[in-house]
Amino acid sequence: MSETWAQILIIICVLLGTVTIAAGLIYVERKMLAVWQQRSGPNRVGPFGSLQVLADMIKIFFKEDWIPPFVDKKVFILAPTIIMLSILMSFSIVPFAPGLVVADMNVGLLFFLAMSSLGTYTIILAGWSSDNKYALIGGVRGAAQMISYEVFMSLSLMGVVLQTGSFNMTDIVNSQKGLWNVIPQFIGFVIFLLAGIAETHRLPFDLPEAESELVAGYHSEYSGMKFGMFFVGEYLGITLISCMIALLFFGGWLGPSFLPGIVWFLIKMFAFILFFILLRAALPRPRYDQLMGLGWKVLLPLSLLNVLVTGAIVLLNS
Amino acid sequence: MFSSLRSLWLVFLKMFKRNVTIPYPEKKAYLPPRWRGRIILSRDPDHNERCVACYLCAAACPVDCISLQATEDENGRRYPEFFRINFSRCIFCGYCEDACPTYAIQLTPDMEMGEYNRQNLVYEKEDLLIDGVGKYPGYSFYRQSGVAVGVKPKGGGDKEDAPVDVRTLIP
Repeated sequence: MSETWAQILIIICVLLGTVTIAAGLIYVERKMLAVWQQRSGPNRVGPFGSLQVLADMIKIFFKEDWIPPFVDKKVFILAPTIIMLSILMSFSIVPFAPGLVVADMNVGLLFFLAMSSLGTYTIILAGWSSDNKYALIGGVRGAAQMISYEVFMSLSLMGVVLQTGSFNMTDIVNSQKGLWNVIPQFIGFVIFLLAGIAETHRLPFDLPEAESELVAGYHSEYSGMKFGMFFVGEYLGITLISCMIALLFFGGWLGPSFLPGIVWFLIKMFAFILFFILLRAALPRPRYDQLMGLGWKVLLPLSLLNVLVTGAIVLLNS
Repeated sequence: MFSSLRSLWLVFLKMFKRNVTIPYPEKKAYLPPRWRGRIILSRDPDHNERCVACYLCAAACPVDCISLQATEDENGRRYPEFFRINFSRCIFCGYCEDACPTYAIQLTPDMEMGEYNRQNLVYEKEDLLIDGVGKYPGYSFYRQSGVAVGVKPKGGGDKEDAPVDVRTLIP
């Protein structure tokens, strides 16, 4: 019985923790972008603007939740929930520390890949149901981008899986006790990072949104808390990808023992979140065909090669 | 590829640089003395209005935001009966200051003119007229030139000789 309660407690902690982190990232992102662009960023609400998130939340809750008359109403309402749901589901396989995991599945990594693919539906459905040409272009771009990056996102992880011999996240972390996966699987790491950026449609690869060309892309027609869900979903996606990078390539909670495992995990996770924000601060958006060319002509063959070489090495060593 | 990494690194280094922005209401930016901001009407050192209501500023204004009406006092000295600048139209080009023959109209380094009501941006003469001389401390138009209109007698100007008495023989 107490085990059940412990499990429920972990679920609540993970749910609240991830959503809080995702909401807090609104402030972190704005502040860090400002720091890297030599501005001051939010500094009005609370000390150093730290209550900005609260103010944004209050604002977004009091905005009119407008559903335009021309939209496909059911799909329009459904679309923003999918991204939140699928990403929160993915968090269930993330081991934050030894034992601190919602579902320690033996196909954890596959579950993550499946769930992150479901996030595509958000973009397609939102773009489709909005009945707006910008939203539709954004949705189509999002679909193409995510389908093509999905392919080698999973392929780039196969190197890690081959080395570990398991899809279980805890096993993958434990196998990195001697050496973090980032060194033997460096190509896999780079490909997964790029695919992760494309998967969360973050700024260098934010073609579905592309506010300088498509207004706001697939969520042009959204307002109020529905827009807020896209927003929080995007930050949840960043958190998730950062978690996965930390777990798969940087040894998760492993680290010198003067700090507890979860702290090491959070340090690594936040380092990658900050890297994502740095990418946004520094890099321009590639053209659509450049993005596709990079994906299919460079990263896909590279990831296949990576799987081949890793497989050969694993076969020789066994 | 390399240039992307380089720009990432360079942007990261910006973290250790000082901000280029100024937190405005707390800290004010330096506005140079020749900044073209809020327009004023100045007075001469004798505390009379400098404006002679010649309409040159209104003619020079590209957005027609200046309107005035000339009148004369009992000595025949011209001055504006009303002088109105619509700052919601003004583009702060400074042409009026350029056109003014008496240095009366001047632009000042002040740009904090926000109003909640658009009508409050229409400044009347009492809003525009200041007590000081503005940028040209010693200058008084009627001391330099012009007819006798109660400011100076005929030939009493700074660079003026007394009028020659054509009827006397004494050199």
